[in-house]
Amino acid sequence: MTDWSGYIGLILQGALVTLQLTVMGSALAVVMAFLAGLGRVSRFMAVRVLATTYIEFFRGTSIFVQLFWVYFVLPFAGVTLSPLQAGVLALGLNVGAYGAEVVRGAVKAIGREQREACIALNLTRGQAMRHVILPQALPLMLPTFCNNAIELLKGTAVVSLISLTDMTFQAQVVRAQTGSTLIPFATILVLYFLMALAISTSMRWLERRVTRGLDGVRT
Amino acid sequence: MAAPIIRIDNITKRYGPLTVLDGLSMEVLPGEKLALIGPSGSGKTTILRILMTLETISGGHIEVEGDQLYHMPKNGSLVPADDRHLQRMREKIGMVFQHFNLFPHKCVLDNVTLAPMLTKGVAKAAAEKRAMELLDMVGLADKAKNMPAQLSGGQKQRVAIARALALSPKIMLFDEVTSALDPELVEEVLNVMRKLAAETDMTMLLVTHEMGFAHDFADRILFFDRGKIVEEGKPDEIFRNPRQERTQTFLRKIIAAGHRV
Repeated sequence: MTDWSGYIGLILQGALVTLQLTVMGSALAVVMAFLAGLGRVSRFMAVRVLATTYIEFFRGTSIFVQLFWVYFVLPFAGVTLSPLQAGVLALGLNVGAYGAEVVRGAVKAIGREQREACIALNLTRGQAMRHVILPQALPLMLPTFCNNAIELLKGTAVVSLISLTDMTFQAQVVRAQTGSTLIPFATILVLYFLMALAISTSMRWLERRVTRGLDGVRT
Repeated sequence: MAAPIIRIDNITKRYGPLTVLDGLSMEVLPGEKLALIGPSGSGKTTILRILMTLETISGGHIEVEGDQLYHMPKNGSLVPADDRHLQRMREKIGMVFQHFNLFPHKCVLDNVTLAPMLTKGVAKAAAEKRAMELLDMVGLADKAKNMPAQLSGGQKQRVAIARALALSPKIMLFDEVTSALDPELVEEVLNVMRKLAAETDMTMLLVTHEMGFAHDFADRILFFDRGKIVEEGKPDEIFRNPRQERTQTFLRKIIAAGHRV
Protein backbone atom coordinates (compact mmCIF):
# COMPACT_ATOMS: atom_id res chain seq x y z
CA MET A 1 0.00 0.00 0.00
CA THR A 2 1.43 3.35 -1.03
CA ASP A 3 1.67 6.10 1.58
CA TRP A 4 -0.15 8.89 -0.25
CA SER A 5 0.38 11.74 2.19
CA GLY A 6 3.84 12.61 0.81
CA TYR A 7 2.60 12.47 -2.75
CA ILE A 8 -0.44 14.59 -1.99
CA GLY A 9 1.93 17.08 -0.34
CA LEU A 10 3.89 17.20 -3.59
CA ILE A 11 0.73 17.93 -5.54
CA LEU A 12 -0.23 20.66 -3.07
CA GLN A 13 3.18 22.28 -3.58
CA GLY A 14 2.37 22.21 -7.29
CA ALA A 15 -1.02 23.74 -6.55
CA LEU A 16 0.78 26.66 -4.95
CA VAL A 17 2.81 27.22 -8.12
CA THR A 18 -0.36 27.02 -10.23
CA LEU A 19 -1.98 29.57 -7.92
CA GLN A 20 1.02 31.89 -8.20
CA LEU A 21 1.00 31.62 -11.98
CA THR A 22 -2.72 32.28 -12.13
CA VAL A 23 -2.65 35.32 -9.86
CA MET A 24 0.44 36.93 -11.40
CA GLY A 25 -0.54 35.97 -14.94
CA SER A 26 -4.01 37.47 -14.43
CA ALA A 27 -2.51 40.66 -13.02
CA LEU A 28 -0.32 41.05 -16.10
CA ALA A 29 -3.25 40.11 -18.35
CA VAL A 30 -5.45 42.84 -16.84
CA VAL A 31 -2.74 45.45 -17.34
CA MET A 32 -2.18 44.34 -20.96
CA ALA A 33 -5.94 44.15 -21.60
CA PHE A 34 -6.44 47.78 -20.56
CA LEU A 35 -3.31 49.04 -22.31
CA ALA A 36 -4.11 47.33 -25.60
CA GLY A 37 -7.89 47.68 -25.32
CA LEU A 38 -7.71 51.43 -24.78
CA GLY A 39 -4.90 51.59 -27.33
CA ARG A 40 -7.28 50.21 -29.93
CA VAL A 41 -9.70 53.09 -29.41
CA SER A 42 -6.94 55.70 -29.31
CA ARG A 43 -7.16 58.56 -31.75
CA PHE A 44 -3.48 58.11 -32.58
CA MET A 45 -2.97 55.81 -35.51
CA ALA A 46 0.45 54.56 -34.30
CA VAL A 47 -1.02 53.49 -30.95
CA ARG A 48 -3.92 51.72 -32.67
CA VAL A 49 -1.56 49.84 -34.99
CA LEU A 50 0.68 48.81 -32.10
CA ALA A 51 -2.26 47.57 -30.02
CA THR A 52 -3.81 45.71 -32.96
CA THR A 53 -0.51 44.03 -33.82
CA TYR A 54 -0.08 42.84 -30.25
CA ILE A 55 -3.62 41.49 -30.06
CA GLU A 56 -3.55 39.73 -33.43
CA PHE A 57 -0.15 38.19 -32.77
CA PHE A 58 -0.92 36.79 -29.33
CA ARG A 59 -4.41 35.62 -30.25
CA GLY A 60 -3.22 34.16 -33.50
CA THR A 61 -0.39 31.97 -32.24
CA SER A 62 -0.60 29.20 -29.68
CA ILE A 63 0.25 29.71 -26.03
CA PHE A 64 2.47 26.65 -26.27
CA VAL A 65 4.65 28.22 -28.97
CA GLN A 66 4.68 31.57 -27.18
CA LEU A 67 5.89 29.90 -24.00
CA PHE A 68 8.74 28.15 -25.81
CA TRP A 69 9.77 31.40 -27.43
CA VAL A 70 9.78 33.25 -24.13
CA TYR A 71 11.71 30.52 -22.33
CA PHE A 72 14.03 29.04 -24.94
CA VAL A 73 14.46 31.75 -27.60
CA LEU A 74 14.61 34.97 -25.57
CA PRO A 75 17.89 33.85 -23.90
CA PHE A 76 19.55 34.13 -27.32
CA ALA A 77 18.51 37.81 -27.28
CA GLY A 78 20.16 38.13 -23.88
CA VAL A 79 16.97 37.87 -21.82
CA THR A 80 16.99 34.88 -19.52
CA LEU A 81 13.88 34.31 -17.45
CA SER A 82 13.16 31.82 -14.69
CA PRO A 83 10.47 29.27 -15.58
CA LEU A 84 7.99 31.12 -13.35
CA GLN A 85 8.77 34.48 -14.96
CA ALA A 86 8.51 32.97 -18.43
CA GLY A 87 5.21 31.33 -17.52
CA VAL A 88 3.72 34.53 -16.12
CA LEU A 89 4.91 36.53 -19.12
CA ALA A 90 3.55 34.11 -21.73
CA LEU A 91 0.22 33.58 -19.96
CA GLY A 92 -0.26 37.28 -19.18
CA LEU A 93 0.51 38.40 -22.73
CA ASN A 94 -1.65 35.69 -24.26
CA VAL A 95 -4.74 36.17 -22.12
CA GLY A 96 -4.22 39.95 -22.12
CA ALA A 97 -4.74 39.93 -25.90
CA TYR A 98 -8.17 38.35 -25.46
CA GLY A 99 -8.93 40.72 -22.60
CA ALA A 100 -8.04 43.72 -24.75
CA GLU A 101 -10.92 42.96 -27.08
CA VAL A 102 -13.21 42.69 -24.06
CA VAL A 103 -12.10 46.13 -22.86
CA ARG A 104 -12.55 47.63 -26.32
CA GLY A 105 -16.00 46.08 -26.74
CA ALA A 106 -17.19 47.32 -23.35
CA VAL A 107 -15.86 50.84 -23.92
CA LYS A 108 -17.55 50.93 -27.33
CA ALA A 109 -20.78 49.73 -25.78
CA ILE A 110 -21.11 52.89 -23.72
CA GLY A 111 -23.22 54.96 -26.04
CA ARG A 112 -22.63 58.13 -27.97
CA GLU A 113 -25.00 59.97 -25.67
CA GLN A 114 -22.70 59.58 -22.68
CA ARG A 115 -19.73 60.81 -24.71
CA GLU A 116 -21.70 63.79 -25.94
CA ALA A 117 -22.72 64.66 -22.39
CA CYS A 118 -19.02 64.67 -21.50
CA ILE A 119 -18.21 67.04 -24.37
CA ALA A 120 -21.09 69.33 -23.42
CA LEU A 121 -19.72 69.38 -19.87
CA ASN A 122 -16.29 70.21 -21.27
CA LEU A 123 -14.50 67.16 -19.85
CA THR A 124 -11.26 66.20 -21.57
CA ARG A 125 -11.13 62.83 -23.32
CA GLY A 126 -9.09 61.41 -20.46
CA GLN A 127 -11.50 62.71 -17.82
CA ALA A 128 -14.47 61.34 -19.74
CA MET A 129 -12.83 57.93 -20.03
CA ARG A 130 -11.84 57.77 -16.38
CA HIS A 131 -14.90 59.23 -14.69
CA VAL A 132 -17.73 58.36 -17.06
CA ILE A 133 -16.94 55.67 -19.63
CA LEU A 134 -14.77 53.17 -17.72
CA PRO A 135 -16.92 53.04 -14.56
CA GLN A 136 -19.86 52.08 -16.77
CA ALA A 137 -17.83 49.76 -19.00
CA LEU A 138 -16.27 47.79 -16.15
CA PRO A 139 -19.44 45.88 -15.19
CA LEU A 140 -19.75 44.82 -18.84
CA MET A 141 -16.21 43.45 -18.86
CA LEU A 142 -16.37 41.35 -15.71
CA PRO A 143 -18.31 38.28 -16.94
CA THR A 144 -15.89 37.80 -19.85
CA PHE A 145 -12.89 38.59 -17.66
CA CYS A 146 -14.08 35.76 -15.42
CA ASN A 147 -14.04 33.41 -18.41
CA ASN A 148 -10.56 34.60 -19.34
CA ALA A 149 -9.23 34.10 -15.82
CA ILE A 150 -10.50 30.53 -15.75
CA GLU A 151 -8.97 29.91 -19.18
CA LEU A 152 -5.71 31.27 -17.82
CA LEU A 153 -5.88 28.96 -14.81
CA LYS A 154 -6.30 25.96 -17.08
CA GLY A 155 -3.63 27.31 -19.42
CA THR A 156 -1.09 27.18 -16.60
CA ALA A 157 -0.82 23.43 -17.19
CA VAL A 158 1.29 24.05 -20.31
CA VAL A 159 4.11 25.52 -18.20
CA SER A 160 4.90 22.00 -17.01
CA LEU A 161 6.51 21.71 -20.46
CA ILE A 162 9.25 24.15 -19.47
CA SER A 163 9.89 22.12 -16.31
CA LEU A 164 7.99 24.42 -13.98
CA THR A 165 6.69 22.29 -11.11
CA ASP A 166 3.05 23.26 -11.29
CA MET A 167 0.16 21.05 -10.29
CA THR A 168 0.02 19.11 -13.57
CA PHE A 169 3.78 18.57 -13.53
CA GLN A 170 3.64 17.19 -9.99
CA ALA A 171 0.73 14.91 -10.86
CA GLN A 172 2.84 13.41 -13.62
CA VAL A 173 5.73 12.94 -11.21
CA VAL A 174 3.44 11.15 -8.77
CA ARG A 175 2.01 9.03 -11.56
CA ALA A 176 5.49 8.01 -12.69
CA GLN A 177 6.59 7.11 -9.18
CA THR A 178 3.47 5.27 -8.00
CA GLY A 179 2.10 3.87 -11.22
CA SER A 180 -1.31 5.19 -10.26
CA THR A 181 -3.02 7.55 -12.64
CA LEU A 182 -6.37 7.73 -10.90
CA ILE A 183 -5.33 9.21 -7.55
CA PRO A 184 -3.04 12.08 -8.70
CA PHE A 185 -5.25 13.07 -11.61
CA ALA A 186 -8.44 12.85 -9.59
CA THR A 187 -6.76 15.08 -7.00
CA ILE A 188 -5.74 17.77 -9.48
CA LEU A 189 -9.14 17.55 -11.20
CA VAL A 190 -10.78 18.52 -7.95
CA LEU A 191 -8.14 21.17 -7.20
CA TYR A 192 -8.49 22.82 -10.64
CA PHE A 193 -12.25 22.80 -10.23
CA LEU A 194 -12.06 24.38 -6.77
CA MET A 195 -9.72 27.10 -8.02
CA ALA A 196 -12.03 27.86 -10.95
CA LEU A 197 -14.94 27.97 -8.54
CA ALA A 198 -13.04 30.44 -6.36
CA ILE A 199 -12.43 32.65 -9.41
CA SER A 200 -16.05 32.66 -10.54
CA THR A 201 -17.34 33.24 -7.02
CA SER A 202 -15.07 36.21 -6.41
CA MET A 203 -15.85 37.66 -9.85
CA ARG A 204 -19.57 37.45 -9.11
CA TRP A 205 -18.97 39.27 -5.86
CA LEU A 206 -16.97 41.93 -7.70
CA GLU A 207 -19.71 42.26 -10.29
CA ARG A 208 -22.31 42.86 -7.61
CA ARG A 209 -20.06 45.51 -6.09
CA VAL A 210 -19.43 47.51 -9.26
CA THR A 211 -23.02 47.38 -10.48
CA ARG A 212 -24.32 48.60 -7.16
CA GLY A 213 -26.43 51.69 -7.74
CA LEU A 214 -26.88 51.14 -11.45
CA ASP A 215 -30.09 49.24 -10.75
CA GLY A 216 -31.36 52.18 -8.76
CA VAL A 217 -30.47 51.03 -5.25
CA ARG A 218 -27.79 53.02 -3.51
CA THR A 219 -26.32 51.44 -0.41
CA MET B 1 -27.55 97.54 -30.64
CA ALA B 2 -25.24 95.13 -28.82
CA ALA B 3 -22.81 92.97 -30.76
CA PRO B 4 -24.16 89.47 -31.39
CA ILE B 5 -22.95 86.77 -28.98
CA ILE B 6 -23.24 84.16 -31.73
CA ARG B 7 -22.54 84.86 -35.37
CA ILE B 8 -23.04 82.01 -37.80
CA ASP B 9 -21.64 82.73 -41.21
CA ASN B 10 -22.47 80.64 -44.24
CA ILE B 11 -22.36 77.26 -42.46
CA THR B 12 -22.61 74.09 -44.50
CA LYS B 13 -23.03 70.63 -43.01
CA ARG B 14 -23.01 67.50 -45.12
CA TYR B 15 -23.29 63.86 -44.15
CA GLY B 16 -21.92 62.12 -47.23
CA PRO B 17 -24.19 63.08 -50.09
CA LEU B 18 -26.83 64.53 -47.74
CA THR B 19 -26.71 68.28 -47.18
CA VAL B 20 -28.24 69.10 -43.81
CA LEU B 21 -27.34 72.77 -43.61
CA ASP B 22 -26.90 74.74 -46.78
CA GLY B 23 -25.06 78.03 -46.43
CA LEU B 24 -26.84 79.04 -43.24
CA SER B 25 -26.19 82.40 -41.62
CA MET B 26 -27.75 83.82 -38.47
CA GLU B 27 -26.97 85.95 -35.46
CA VAL B 28 -28.03 85.76 -31.84
CA LEU B 29 -27.93 88.72 -29.46
CA PRO B 30 -26.70 88.43 -25.86
CA GLY B 31 -29.56 87.41 -23.59
CA GLU B 32 -31.84 86.61 -26.47
CA LYS B 33 -34.29 83.71 -26.17
CA LEU B 34 -34.50 82.03 -29.53
CA ALA B 35 -36.80 79.19 -30.58
CA LEU B 36 -35.92 77.06 -33.59
CA ILE B 37 -38.91 75.30 -35.08
CA GLY B 38 -39.53 73.28 -38.19
CA PRO B 39 -40.16 69.79 -39.50
CA SER B 40 -37.81 67.01 -38.46
CA GLY B 41 -34.72 66.80 -40.62
CA SER B 42 -34.80 70.54 -41.23
CA GLY B 43 -31.40 71.06 -39.57
CA LYS B 44 -32.48 72.84 -36.40
CA THR B 45 -31.01 70.25 -34.02
CA THR B 46 -27.85 70.13 -36.13
CA ILE B 47 -27.33 73.85 -35.47
CA LEU B 48 -27.36 73.22 -31.70
CA ARG B 49 -25.06 70.22 -32.05
CA ILE B 50 -22.63 72.27 -34.13
CA LEU B 51 -22.64 75.05 -31.54
CA MET B 52 -21.84 72.45 -28.84
CA THR B 53 -18.98 71.14 -31.05
CA LEU B 54 -20.57 67.70 -31.21
CA GLU B 55 -20.32 67.79 -34.99
CA THR B 56 -17.77 69.03 -37.45
CA ILE B 57 -18.71 71.54 -40.10
CA SER B 58 -18.22 71.16 -43.82
CA GLY B 59 -17.79 74.87 -44.44
CA GLY B 60 -18.31 78.35 -43.01
CA HIS B 61 -17.43 80.08 -39.77
CA ILE B 62 -18.96 80.52 -36.34
CA GLU B 63 -18.06 83.23 -33.87
CA VAL B 64 -18.98 83.08 -30.20
CA GLU B 65 -18.32 86.28 -28.28
CA GLY B 66 -16.10 87.43 -31.09
CA ASP B 67 -13.90 84.31 -31.07
CA GLN B 68 -13.94 81.67 -33.77
CA LEU B 69 -15.50 78.40 -32.57
CA TYR B 70 -14.10 75.87 -35.03
CA HIS B 71 -11.03 77.86 -36.03
CA MET B 72 -8.26 79.70 -34.30
CA PRO B 73 -5.85 82.33 -35.52
CA LYS B 74 -2.32 81.14 -36.13
CA ASN B 75 0.40 83.17 -37.88
CA GLY B 76 -2.17 85.57 -39.25
CA SER B 77 -4.52 82.99 -40.78
CA LEU B 78 -7.32 80.81 -39.45
CA VAL B 79 -6.56 77.14 -38.84
CA PRO B 80 -8.85 74.38 -37.48
CA ALA B 81 -9.19 74.65 -33.70
CA ASP B 82 -7.17 72.32 -31.49
CA ASP B 83 -8.48 70.62 -28.35
CA ARG B 84 -7.40 73.40 -26.05
CA HIS B 85 -9.16 76.04 -28.12
CA LEU B 86 -12.36 73.98 -28.25
CA GLN B 87 -12.12 73.43 -24.51
CA ARG B 88 -11.89 77.17 -23.92
CA MET B 89 -14.81 77.91 -26.23
CA ARG B 90 -17.02 75.21 -24.68
CA GLU B 91 -16.82 77.00 -21.34
CA LYS B 92 -19.24 79.54 -22.75
CA ILE B 93 -21.82 77.00 -23.87
CA GLY B 94 -23.99 74.41 -22.13
CA MET B 95 -26.46 71.93 -23.54
CA VAL B 96 -29.47 69.94 -22.37
CA PHE B 97 -30.32 66.85 -24.40
CA GLN B 98 -33.55 65.22 -25.44
CA HIS B 99 -32.62 62.02 -23.62
CA PHE B 100 -31.09 63.73 -20.54
CA ASN B 101 -27.79 61.80 -20.84
CA LEU B 102 -27.27 61.74 -17.07
CA PHE B 103 -24.41 59.60 -15.78
CA PRO B 104 -26.26 56.51 -14.51
CA HIS B 105 -23.44 55.42 -12.18
CA LYS B 106 -23.40 58.67 -10.23
CA CYS B 107 -25.95 60.07 -7.82
CA VAL B 108 -27.79 63.28 -8.67
CA LEU B 109 -25.42 65.44 -6.64
CA ASP B 110 -22.31 63.88 -8.24
CA ASN B 111 -23.82 64.36 -11.70
CA VAL B 112 -23.99 68.08 -10.99
CA THR B 113 -20.61 68.48 -9.25
CA LEU B 114 -18.45 66.32 -11.55
CA ALA B 115 -17.78 68.84 -14.31
CA PRO B 116 -17.14 71.93 -12.13
CA MET B 117 -14.68 69.92 -10.03
CA LEU B 118 -12.88 68.45 -13.04
CA THR B 119 -12.93 71.34 -15.50
CA LYS B 120 -12.78 74.35 -13.21
CA GLY B 121 -10.97 72.90 -10.24
CA VAL B 122 -13.78 73.87 -7.88
CA ALA B 123 -13.32 72.35 -4.43
CA LYS B 124 -15.74 69.59 -3.48
CA ALA B 125 -17.46 71.54 -0.71
CA ALA B 126 -17.99 74.61 -2.90
CA ALA B 127 -19.18 72.49 -5.83
CA GLU B 128 -21.68 70.71 -3.61
CA LYS B 129 -22.97 73.94 -2.13
CA ARG B 130 -23.55 75.38 -5.60
CA ALA B 131 -25.09 72.08 -6.77
CA MET B 132 -27.55 72.11 -3.89
CA GLU B 133 -28.59 75.67 -4.77
CA LEU B 134 -29.18 74.61 -8.36
CA LEU B 135 -31.04 71.45 -7.35
CA ASP B 136 -33.15 73.59 -5.06
CA MET B 137 -33.87 75.91 -7.98
CA VAL B 138 -35.13 73.00 -10.10
CA GLY B 139 -37.06 71.64 -7.10
CA LEU B 140 -35.00 68.50 -6.52
CA ALA B 141 -32.85 69.26 -3.47
CA ASP B 142 -34.41 66.26 -1.70
CA LYS B 143 -33.25 63.92 -4.50
CA ALA B 144 -29.54 64.82 -4.26
CA LYS B 145 -28.50 61.36 -3.05
CA ASN B 146 -30.76 59.43 -5.43
CA MET B 147 -29.48 57.61 -8.48
CA PRO B 148 -30.80 58.73 -11.88
CA ALA B 149 -32.60 55.40 -12.34
CA GLN B 150 -34.80 56.29 -9.37
CA LEU B 151 -36.10 59.49 -10.98
CA SER B 152 -38.95 60.17 -13.38
CA GLY B 153 -38.16 61.55 -16.83
CA GLY B 154 -39.14 65.05 -15.81
CA GLN B 155 -36.93 64.88 -12.75
CA LYS B 156 -34.02 63.56 -14.81
CA GLN B 157 -34.36 66.43 -17.23
CA ARG B 158 -34.42 68.95 -14.38
CA VAL B 159 -31.22 67.40 -13.01
CA ALA B 160 -29.69 67.67 -16.49
CA ILE B 161 -30.57 71.38 -16.54
CA ALA B 162 -28.97 71.87 -13.11
CA ARG B 163 -25.91 69.96 -14.31
CA ALA B 164 -25.48 72.22 -17.33
CA LEU B 165 -26.04 75.35 -15.23
CA ALA B 166 -23.36 74.32 -12.75
CA LEU B 167 -20.72 75.41 -15.28
CA SER B 168 -22.35 78.86 -15.55
CA PRO B 169 -22.44 78.98 -19.35
CA LYS B 170 -23.39 82.20 -21.10
CA ILE B 171 -25.29 80.31 -23.76
CA MET B 172 -27.64 77.40 -23.10
CA LEU B 173 -28.83 75.05 -25.81
CA PHE B 174 -32.03 73.07 -25.26
CA ASP B 175 -32.48 70.26 -27.76
CA GLU B 176 -36.10 69.03 -27.72
CA VAL B 177 -35.84 68.73 -23.96
CA THR B 178 -39.46 67.68 -23.47
CA SER B 179 -39.84 65.37 -26.47
CA ALA B 180 -38.92 62.21 -24.57
CA LEU B 181 -41.21 62.96 -21.63
CA ASP B 182 -44.66 61.67 -20.79
CA PRO B 183 -47.15 64.49 -21.42
CA GLU B 184 -47.89 65.02 -17.73
CA LEU B 185 -44.19 65.60 -16.99
CA VAL B 186 -43.61 68.24 -19.67
CA GLU B 187 -44.88 71.16 -17.64
CA GLU B 188 -42.46 70.73 -14.71
CA VAL B 189 -39.52 71.03 -17.11
CA LEU B 190 -41.01 74.00 -18.94
CA ASN B 191 -41.59 75.74 -15.60
CA VAL B 192 -37.91 75.46 -14.77
CA MET B 193 -37.05 76.97 -18.13
CA ARG B 194 -39.52 79.83 -17.65
CA LYS B 195 -37.88 80.51 -14.30
CA LEU B 196 -34.44 80.50 -15.91
CA ALA B 197 -35.56 82.90 -18.62
CA ALA B 198 -37.04 85.23 -16.02
CA GLU B 199 -34.18 85.13 -13.52
CA THR B 200 -31.06 85.05 -15.69
CA ASP B 201 -29.74 86.94 -18.68
CA MET B 202 -28.41 83.78 -20.31
CA THR B 203 -28.70 83.48 -24.05
CA MET B 204 -30.99 80.53 -24.74
CA LEU B 205 -31.48 78.59 -27.95
CA LEU B 206 -34.34 76.18 -27.96
CA VAL B 207 -35.32 73.51 -30.45
CA THR B 208 -38.85 72.48 -29.70
CA HIS B 209 -42.14 71.10 -30.93
CA GLU B 210 -44.00 72.78 -28.05
CA MET B 211 -45.38 75.68 -30.08
CA GLY B 212 -47.29 77.21 -27.19
CA PHE B 213 -44.17 77.30 -25.08
CA ALA B 214 -42.07 78.67 -27.94
CA HIS B 215 -44.62 81.44 -28.41
CA ASP B 216 -44.53 82.53 -24.75
CA PHE B 217 -40.83 81.92 -24.17
CA ALA B 218 -38.99 83.21 -27.20
CA ASP B 219 -38.07 86.72 -28.24
CA ARG B 220 -37.68 85.49 -31.79
CA ILE B 221 -38.72 82.41 -33.74
CA LEU B 222 -36.73 80.86 -36.56
CA PHE B 223 -38.59 78.54 -38.88
CA PHE B 224 -36.29 76.00 -40.51
CA ASP B 225 -36.93 73.85 -43.53
CA ARG B 226 -34.45 71.81 -45.55
CA GLY B 227 -31.36 73.31 -43.96
CA LYS B 228 -32.39 76.92 -44.42
CA ILE B 229 -34.17 79.57 -42.39
CA VAL B 230 -37.40 80.05 -44.28
CA GLU B 231 -38.89 82.68 -42.04
CA GLU B 232 -38.06 84.48 -38.83
CA GLY B 233 -39.73 87.02 -36.64
CA LYS B 234 -41.46 87.78 -33.39
CA PRO B 235 -43.62 84.93 -32.05
CA ASP B 236 -46.87 86.72 -32.84
CA GLU B 237 -45.85 87.38 -36.43
CA ILE B 238 -44.78 83.78 -37.03
CA PHE B 239 -47.68 82.09 -35.31
CA ARG B 240 -50.52 84.50 -36.19
CA ASN B 241 -49.46 85.76 -39.61
CA PRO B 242 -46.84 83.52 -41.18
CA ARG B 243 -45.83 84.96 -44.53
CA GLN B 244 -44.26 81.94 -46.13
CA GLU B 245 -46.40 79.14 -47.44
CA ARG B 246 -44.12 76.47 -45.95
CA THR B 247 -44.44 78.01 -42.50
CA GLN B 248 -48.22 78.08 -42.88
CA THR B 249 -48.33 74.43 -43.94
CA PHE B 250 -46.11 73.38 -41.06
CA LEU B 251 -48.14 75.24 -38.46
CA ARG B 252 -51.41 73.88 -39.87
CA LYS B 253 -50.08 70.34 -39.51
CA ILE B 254 -48.87 70.98 -35.97
CA ILE B 255 -52.23 72.42 -34.96
CA ALA B 256 -54.06 69.54 -36.62
CA ALA B 257 -51.91 67.20 -34.51
CA GLY B 258 -53.37 68.84 -31.42
CA HIS B 259 -50.69 71.23 -30.30
CA ARG B 260 -51.78 74.50 -28.77
CA VAL B 261 -50.41 77.70 -30.25
